[in-house]
Amino acid sequence: MADKVEFELVSPEKLLKSQPVDMVVVPGSEGDFGVLAGHSPMISTVRPGVIDVYEGDRVVDRVFVAGGFAEVTEARCTVLAEEAVALTDLDRATVEKQIKDLSEDVDDSKSDAERAAAESKLAVARAKLDALTQSSAH
Amino acid sequence: MPNLKDLKNRIASVQSTRKITSAMKMVAASKLRRAQEQAEASGPYAERMGRMLSSLAANVQDSGNGPKLMTGTGADQVHLLVVISSDRGLCGAFNGSIVREAKRQIVRLQGEGKTVKLLTVGRKGRDQLKREFASLIVESYEDVGRRRLGFSDADMVATKVLSMFDAGEFDVCSVIFNKFKSAISQVVTVQQLIPFAVATEAAEAAGAEAKAMYEFEPDEEQILAELLPRNLSIQIYRALLESAASEQGARMTAMDNATRNAGDMINKLTITYNRTRQAYITKELIEIISGAEAL
Repeated sequence: MADKVEFELVSPEKLLKSQPVDMVVVPGSEGDFGVLAGHSPMISTVRPGVIDVYEGDRVVDRVFVAGGFAEVTEARCTVLAEEAVALTDLDRATVEKQIKDLSEDVDDSKSDAERAAAESKLAVARAKLDALTQSSAH
Repeated sequence: MPNLKDLKNRIASVQSTRKITSAMKMVAASKLRRAQEQAEASGPYAERMGRMLSSLAANVQDSGNGPKLMTGTGADQVHLLVVISSDRGLCGAFNGSIVREAKRQIVRLQGEGKTVKLLTVGRKGRDQLKREFASLIVESYEDVGRRRLGFSDADMVATKVLSMFDAGEFDVCSVIFNKFKSAISQVVTVQQLIPFAVATEAAEAAGAEAKAMYEFEPDEEQILAELLPRNLSIQIYRALLESAASEQGARMTAMDNATRNAGDMINKLTITYNRTRQAYITKELIEIISGAEAL
């Protein structure tokens, strides 16, 4: 595979990654999709999950994103992430504690708006845990 | 004849003031550099977001029923002004010019018979606007990004604006902030956030190629419905960053001037001090000589 796709990961605070890679797998809200060079252009929302960066057949980088948007063109794949953490930087105990705290927040919330906000945070934390479970199963 | 001791005290106090102002200038300079770096770092995200938005907007405009954040409520009656100022003073005309522009806008809008609501960020702006327009202020934030300005700070403001918009509390939202031009010049800028105006030329240019190109997943409207609130946060974040950089720039300039003025003052005072001392000596000599002559 000679052609590479330019992968960019951007958070509001900075440009996190910009490098040519062989393939990226992005957790789209309607299902994961892999991007190779020459992918047809598309724009998709991203659900909380893990982006896998492939170099050849190997996964060289796994990054957790808490949702965002992805723009794919033939030569480029740009992910606008709301929050991005390398999977290796996530700590299981911390995440479990977060889930516990957030579940309490959901129960304690008084208004619908508060509940919705807490629930969306909870979903992100759960996705983090899933990602950790999966990666340790590998 | 001025008292020698008073003069000495005066010189000492001006000297310590100069020390403080020059230290503040250095601090502002280093903070300015950090703020500028941060502002630059947020550039790529905003730029790509803008690109996606304009290609999306081009697609949705055709169908004619875009989300309210873009098309507006159809009314133009209630205006929300987000006024971004600083928490601390000693930064020259920084807060003054923001408040002056805000007042001008308020008077203009009220003159047109519109209702104005204010949301202030920063203590200084709130304090100054409170004197005249206390009843208009719906919410104010302080200590935003005191340590380090994060995206979450902007998100907090944006969430409030959005919840007000959803509750139908205003029709048009603009933000007033100091745009950073250089360390010595800041430009007061008024930018409309809601309804969001996509740069039309860019949208048309991007639209022409985008329409044929992109697939959307899920459909355009849904993506746009998620993208627009995010874009609001980004715009506010950018405004906060610009304002933070401007504040430090303004403070640096103000402190530089203050240091220079203190230096001039010290020189003048020292001259007066020396002259006075000389005068005293001369006077004493005359007294001694005339005393000796009288004998």
